[in-house]
Amino acid sequence: MCGIISVIDRLGNSMDGEAIKKALSLMDERGSGEGAGYAVYGAYPDFADYYALHVFYDNLVEPKVAVEELLEKWGKIEHSEEIPTYSSGRMLKKHIPWRYFFKPDTSLFANSESQEEDIIISLIIKINTMINGALVYSSGKNIGVFKASGWPEEVADFYRIQDYEGYLWLAHNRYPTNTSGWWGGAHPFNLLDWSVIHNGEITSYGTNKRYLESFGYKCTMLTDTEVVAYLADLLGRRHELPPEMMVKALAPPFWDEIDEMPEKDRNLYTAMRMAYGPAMMNGPFAIVVARPDYIAGFTDRIKLRPMVAAEAEDRLYISSEEAAIRVMEPNLENIWMPDAGEPVIGRLRR
Amino acid sequence: MEPVTIDAKNLHYTPLNIRIRELIAEGKKKIILNNICGQRFIGNGIRGGDVEITVNGVPGGDLGMFMCGPTIIVHGNCDHAPGNTMDSGKIVIHGSAGDATAHSMRGGEVFVKCDIGYRGGIHMKEYSEKRPVLVVGGKAGSFSGEYMAGGLLIILGINREAPVKGKGIGSGIHGGKIIIRGDIDEKLLGIGAKKEQLTEDDRKDLEKYLKEYCRLFDYDYIELSESVYTKIVPASARPFAGKYCWE
Repeated sequence: MCGIISVIDRLGNSMDGEAIKKALSLMDERGSGEGAGYAVYGAYPDFADYYALHVFYDNLVEPKVAVEELLEKWGKIEHSEEIPTYSSGRMLKKHIPWRYFFKPDTSLFANSESQEEDIIISLIIKINTMINGALVYSSGKNIGVFKASGWPEEVADFYRIQDYEGYLWLAHNRYPTNTSGWWGGAHPFNLLDWSVIHNGEITSYGTNKRYLESFGYKCTMLTDTEVVAYLADLLGRRHELPPEMMVKALAPPFWDEIDEMPEKDRNLYTAMRMAYGPAMMNGPFAIVVARPDYIAGFTDRIKLRPMVAAEAEDRLYISSEEAAIRVMEPNLENIWMPDAGEPVIGRLRR
Repeated sequence: MEPVTIDAKNLHYTPLNIRIRELIAEGKKKIILNNICGQRFIGNGIRGGDVEITVNGVPGGDLGMFMCGPTIIVHGNCDHAPGNTMDSGKIVIHGSAGDATAHSMRGGEVFVKCDIGYRGGIHMKEYSEKRPVLVVGGKAGSFSGEYMAGGLLIILGINREAPVKGKGIGSGIHGGKIIIRGDIDEKLLGIGAKKEQLTEDDRKDLEKYLKEYCRLFDYDYIELSESVYTKIVPASARPFAGKYCWE
């Protein structure tokens, strides 16, 4: 069990975090108070050209010095500050969230189609695997992830999530089942443009992790959902698959369904399953993947987790429960329960 | 007796359910819940054949779980598993319901005007005079009637392309029956399920619930009664014999 909700304003109009906090809190029973988080796109308009690196520090001495030394070696820190937090009740600052607005120096890195992104990914892997007491958990331009161990409303109040604004939000309430709850294990998971929220479990984690490692990714967050963010980065960014095809690679049709397709589709889906066999995800899941121009929601192929979608004017909502969407928008025009494995995609039109 | 109205706006389900129980204990027969949004477990375990609860809004999961006798009428959609392990009574949903509707239901009736999600009627059971019935007006998702051990599941597909969107109908069914309006392709049946013609008794059984559906939701009975229906029943009492153990 877990609770998910996301919204995109397809015209790019901003929403503050108040409504999604209330919507996520409606699904408190879907969590256990051990992890909640929010991702907002459009969070840092003043630094829109810089990578917003959010880091959890265990202390501000060794890990912070090491991280800043590395960042300064590889580019320019335009601005650096502690992320404001407001401790109360149960919420203790078990890690110190810090943010950097950073631009990498591309002249220092081997040439590729995506030099900046490649530098950022290599820096994140270095920090998360080699610097004790530092964890980069958010790294997109104009994107911010805010997460911790706690109930949805506690985590929202801890970061004052209502003070942030953006045109696309993801929110997640965690019920950890297979690994323990900790700040880094809370959702959303983010890498560059990509953020992921997930209800369920990825039982194919081992296969997916080995596949990702062959492309240079390193899993450091001690939980299964991490692979979804990296798979989205690999398939969506590096292989440039459109969201419909990315979903069909991650949750492909069954072979007996492929056998019944017209020849063109049959060839396509056979090729997809062969090319992306190790990227296929098994187990129960309802997932929303976001990047700056869309959100894509989908479930596993036999739909072992709930997912509801709804529209109201320019906004598309995807959630575990209809009532949560109604907390954000009581007047919905269209509500539906998407079929297993069928993507629901909300694209930015601007 | 005047109905008692509760405004449930921003009210957590625990005080809401405590209040419902208090009112029933005081002898109140009609309760109206307004501004329901996501409250779970409404009416769980309540008793009394003459109690009627009207829910205005969208309740959370497990509505009427373990309920024994009362009627709940919902003006809105339901989340997962309304009628979960219900013992007796009736749930009428003027909208759609989520996955696992009537999960493990052991008696009573659930009527859904529109659609249900996946695994509707999963593991319904029956014993002696207890026989649960789930009637779905619209379409149902895959694995409807999964592991069904008893009871009756009716799917009408009104205003839908097909009554079942998906596959695995009656997967692992070993008791009870599923009646679907229209013909059903064999390949949509789950392991352990088989198609049969309706008998005279089946037809009588069905008519009773079609009439009730039409009465509740003001629908044309003639259209439903003149339709063709398919019955799906267990191929054997032990669909998975030999699958997990050998003897």
